[in-house]
Amino acid sequence: MTDKLASQDPGDVLSAGADKFTVDGLDFFYGAFNALSGIDVRIKEHAVTAFIGPSGCGKSTFLRCLNRMNDLIPGTRCEGKVRLDGHDVYGPGVDPADLRRRVGMIFQQPNPFPMTIYDNVAYGPRLHGMRKRADLDAVVEESLKRANVWKEVKDILGRGGLTLSGGQQQRLCIARVLAVEPEVLLMDEPCSAIDPTSVQKVEDLMAELKDRITIVIVTHNMQQAARVSDYTAFFLQELAGEAAHLIEFDRTATLFTTPRDRRTEDYITGRFG
Amino acid sequence: MRSLERVDKRLTNGLALGVIWLAAITTVAALGAILLYVVVNGIGSLTPAFIFTWPHGVNMEGGIWPTIQSTVYVTALAMLITTPVAVLAAVYLAEYAVQGRLVRTIRFAADSLASVPSIVMGLFGLAAFVEGAGLKFSVLAAALALSFLLLPIVMRTTEEAIRSVPRYARWGSYGLGATKWQTVSRIVLPSATPRITTGVILAAGRAAGETAVVIYTMGTMINAPLFPSDGGRTMPVHLMLLAQDGINLHAAYGTALVLVLMVLAFNIVARWVSRRNRSMQG
Amino acid sequence: MSAGSPREGQAQAPAPQDRGPAGNGGLSRISRATHLKEALLRNAFLVCACVAVAGVTLIFVFVGYQGWPIFAKLGIGEFLGGRVWYPTKGLFGILTLVVNSLLAMAGGLVLGAPLAVGTAVFLSEVASPRVREVTRPAVELLAGIPSVVYGFFGLVLLRPIIARVFGGLGFGLFTVWVILGVMIVPTIATLTEDALRSVPEGIREASYAMGATKWQTIWRVLLPAARIGIIDAVILGMGRAIGETMAVVMIAGNAPVIPDSIFKPFLTLTTVIVMDMPYASGDHRTALFGVAIVLFVISMIFVASIRVISRSRGEGD
Repeated sequence: MTDKLASQDPGDVLSAGADKFTVDGLDFFYGAFNALSGIDVRIKEHAVTAFIGPSGCGKSTFLRCLNRMNDLIPGTRCEGKVRLDGHDVYGPGVDPADLRRRVGMIFQQPNPFPMTIYDNVAYGPRLHGMRKRADLDAVVEESLKRANVWKEVKDILGRGGLTLSGGQQQRLCIARVLAVEPEVLLMDEPCSAIDPTSVQKVEDLMAELKDRITIVIVTHNMQQAARVSDYTAFFLQELAGEAAHLIEFDRTATLFTTPRDRRTEDYITGRFG
Repeated sequence: MRSLERVDKRLTNGLALGVIWLAAITTVAALGAILLYVVVNGIGSLTPAFIFTWPHGVNMEGGIWPTIQSTVYVTALAMLITTPVAVLAAVYLAEYAVQGRLVRTIRFAADSLASVPSIVMGLFGLAAFVEGAGLKFSVLAAALALSFLLLPIVMRTTEEAIRSVPRYARWGSYGLGATKWQTVSRIVLPSATPRITTGVILAAGRAAGETAVVIYTMGTMINAPLFPSDGGRTMPVHLMLLAQDGINLHAAYGTALVLVLMVLAFNIVARWVSRRNRSMQG
Repeated sequence: MSAGSPREGQAQAPAPQDRGPAGNGGLSRISRATHLKEALLRNAFLVCACVAVAGVTLIFVFVGYQGWPIFAKLGIGEFLGGRVWYPTKGLFGILTLVVNSLLAMAGGLVLGAPLAVGTAVFLSEVASPRVREVTRPAVELLAGIPSVVYGFFGLVLLRPIIARVFGGLGFGLFTVWVILGVMIVPTIATLTEDALRSVPEGIREASYAMGATKWQTIWRVLLPAARIGIIDAVILGMGRAIGETMAVVMIAGNAPVIPDSIFKPFLTLTTVIVMDMPYASGDHRTALFGVAIVLFVISMIFVASIRVISRSRGEGD
């Protein structure tokens, strides 16, 4: 089976379950540079999908195409179709702000706002018009609980979000996103800047959240991809200066045990050593 | 031969570093000399009566209260006019603008405005506001002229403050579905506020010490302005006139001291604001 | 996100407020209100940014309107090239004043620039953190002292000393040089320090690794690497010096001649305005505005040359 086939036809193993995102023929450009080319992928609802690949392979860039965060970088351009529940994300008049509320994002660097823990979590609901203190209190508590950080912060809600440890900050950021009830959670290497015990907590959290939320995670750590994800996509930029491609997409168990593409195999065995 | 070279190299190094030390010491000494001279000569004049009473007689005996009031009034009004415009202009440059001809023009204009000699700004104020707009010699005319002087200063410090807000913080906000203005007004500006404040306070110090602009826009009449349409004489103008006439050096020393103390206070407050901010984020 | 034909997905897009967490609904489009509000704000900010452009234009228009007639009446050559400033006789040649301004600036620069660059090198390369914490605020305070205080200091302390040592009244270029030299230190020092700090640390290390002394590193590597920034700083210092008014007027003595000694009184472009404005009228007043035009143009030339120098290194904005 050629790589072309692998990337064009996700295969019938993947036909089960509803597609949350469908991406067809996506190309991404930084100015004149074609960074991603011909990406086709189906992201399953209520599952965890991992994007793996060597650094610089465009997996984070692709992630940021899904909620149009790349719109914020001047000189970038996206071609092809990205559909959320069948609706074109880049369609005319689509409100990127509303899209981003529905498709939340966690960043590599925990980024609490310079305000109290409470205000961090209440930020999103307030943006979208929630004003009553009782409602906000309820959302803040619920979100912090879902993010597994309530016990640690419930007595210090008035403290600055930046005073927490790195791992706590990251879970605070997750709570902040959960407060706006996203349907999809995009996580861009969420564990690369936090301590190992917190990594465990974040991974547990993903397992708990996926009944209600579709999760996409970019990770450079293949063990993590193998542990947390149901589906895995392998990205590779074969030559410097050329566009990166999606090499293989499959159920995590399949991809890690019987990869169809030699390059995938090289990558995962090389890393697993 | 080699070792001689090394000695020579070390000697040059020592001498040159000595010269650099000397330059720094001279700079600090110049400040010290000015401050010391003003304090030593002015401290005797610095009585409550001097600060809170009016000058009288041909020799300007008595106090300097109306000049303090004029200075504070025009400084406050100038900052009130400048700050919103400058901050929003900086928001445009830092958050909205796309590199291009327009932005280049705006930056060039701001740089030019920053380097216009204050005497030229004074004549401009006279032609445009005092005479052109019919504001006469007034606090308002002076504040408007000053605001052109201060605009590029506050714009620059604000833009730097905005740019120093980490982009991760912006992404966090956009990622939650915030619009651009929501992100700017709720995350970026609050984060940048301490540094913006520092810049505004330093600019206020500049306004309070300015002479050439206010002399042609507010006049030299001793008056305690109540309305923006009133004229007055600020402390720097008072000091200049006293010094030029040489009639009451005692009052001149006192005025210089009060002026320097005011500028010093602005600097210290600005420093305190920025330091408090640093310790909060550290 | 702008124009284009509507596609399948948008047909049944729900209203923005219809937001279920599990909603399988379409994507909401930017509401008209949001779009309008954002566009309105953006344009309001743009207007604020354009105030700077308007400011420069207004200065040019108002000062130009008041001052241009003197150019028209005398001709540019006679106004700029005339050597005699004698308003009561109707003589408005400003060449003397231009020369005096340049002399004052040059001397201030000769004294101030080395002092400032030395101080900047001290701050960025030599001083220990603790010493720096005392020195840098001193430089900033020097920038904050009003020019009238500099002038006053020069008048009451420096002038008598110079009069005693060198004879004469103590008014003159020498006194002005000393005061201007100190006044431009903070302008040049702050920007030079920035330029030095922006030299990558690796370059310093490479120099030390080759056995260079601190001074050799500063002289042969850092100052050349930062030279564009230092040149910019010096040009800004020149602008500050030539535009300085209140400090100079108190110690220059204000005689409208090119002085034959650095201890004799002289008059400059800026000080002539202060001296004459209170009683000037008619052509005299117009001529003073003409002087302001000249000052404005000089300051624009300085700013433009900084632009050109920075761009020549390919920096642009």
